[in-house]
Amino acid sequence: MPGDADGTQPGTHVGRRLFLGLVGLGAVGIVTGAAVQGWLERTIGPIVGRDPSGVLSLLPIGRFRYYTVTGDFPQRSRKEYHLRVDGLVDQPVDLSFDDLTRMRRVELTRDFQCVTGWRVPDVSWAGVRLRDVIDRASPGHDARAVRFVSFDGAYTESLTMAQARRDDVLVAYEFEGAPLSSDHGGPARLYIAPMYGYKSLKWLSRIELTDKVEPGFWEERGYDVDGWVGRSNGRFDEPT
Amino acid sequence: MTATSAPSPIAGTTAENPPEHLVRFDRVERIVHWTTATLFVTLMLTGAALYAGPISTLVGRRDVVRTLHVAAGLALPVPLLIGLVGHWGRALRRDLGRLDRWTGDDRAWLRRRTRDTARLGKFNPGQKLNATFLGASIVLMLGSGSIMKWFGAFPLSWRTGATFVHDWVALGVWLAVGGHILFALRDPDALQSMLRGRISARWARVRRPRWYEEETGLSAERLKTPR
Repeated sequence: MPGDADGTQPGTHVGRRLFLGLVGLGAVGIVTGAAVQGWLERTIGPIVGRDPSGVLSLLPIGRFRYYTVTGDFPQRSRKEYHLRVDGLVDQPVDLSFDDLTRMRRVELTRDFQCVTGWRVPDVSWAGVRLRDVIDRASPGHDARAVRFVSFDGAYTESLTMAQARRDDVLVAYEFEGAPLSSDHGGPARLYIAPMYGYKSLKWLSRIELTDKVEPGFWEERGYDVDGWVGRSNGRFDEPT
Repeated sequence: MTATSAPSPIAGTTAENPPEHLVRFDRVERIVHWTTATLFVTLMLTGAALYAGPISTLVGRRDVVRTLHVAAGLALPVPLLIGLVGHWGRALRRDLGRLDRWTGDDRAWLRRRTRDTARLGKFNPGQKLNATFLGASIVLMLGSGSIMKWFGAFPLSWRTGATFVHDWVALGVWLAVGGHILFALRDPDALQSMLRGRISARWARVRRPRWYEEETGLSAERLKTPR
């Protein structure tokens, strides 16, 4: 049964149906993918995390995605690194990386949840409590909020003083048992365990005490200032 | 090609004087293939660099990589669309029609037991599936990628959904393109025809008998049973 004279081919339009089916499936995936991704992170995520070969870690489940708002991952060595604490304080301080590691070390293992949907289970962090860092500069009585600045030159974040003094808010310098690498925000970053990832500012270079919360980089662009996991940004993720 | 647009046997072909070569892909199809392939590979490499932290650190210049990825993505459907319109797109349009249509022989080929009995047209079912998936992936990646890039215009949950679709389709594209390249390297005649356009009539007669018959008007069985 060769092709007939007008150039049409024999057979049924399986290809066309498959093409439209795939495109339709993709459209459904865009609208419902948030729920599906959440389910995959919960069910398969832990298996991916335990796979010793690391092959499964190539799958888009339970893994970190990397976002930068500037050109590149900013690079700064531990030797060059310093953290300034100033604003409404009695005694501004400039902490070197060694100053940080000489302070009381805290370890924390929690899930990491991004506002774009991905979740990495059981991520271990080490660092110092943010509250201990702030107290080094003797905050004034009028200090009610804390503003953070990244050395990427663009990113900022804020917390209320009550949020900043929580036990589960760290200045982190170790990630999964190793020094915090540049792609994860090293040498030191903020880690705010109960909030979405965008609150955990990377490449932390300055902590400024202020009288009120100032919306940060993404909050200027629509994200919630109080970024509690599961209770903000119109999302219902399991709290971390 | 003859003056009419209808396919017809190659001029001068007779049972006593069969052609040595057939044109498998015309110039337009080859240009579309290689420009689209270049864009696909660019997107796969820049995409990998944006996706995986270690590669990203190694490559650096994330802003440049990101710009390149978005530009290549927006350009991806252009060669195909230009190739399809106008009179120069006749062969491409006709091949798309062939990729669309599935015959009983295609279904037989998919089953290992009956594969040898299948008499295939120009494309085998694997090629049809690959072309259909990669074609759909252009639409899917362009759609989901646009939502990821200009997420402000969409509900926040769509950004999650678009990331989800983009990630999994990307995985499929890596497998499909990887498989496509492996199969091409295993069949140098077929690969050569995507570079030069022509393929030996013998290849067509043995591997794609229905296409051979369609192009030449001769029976593909003829030489198997010499008188």
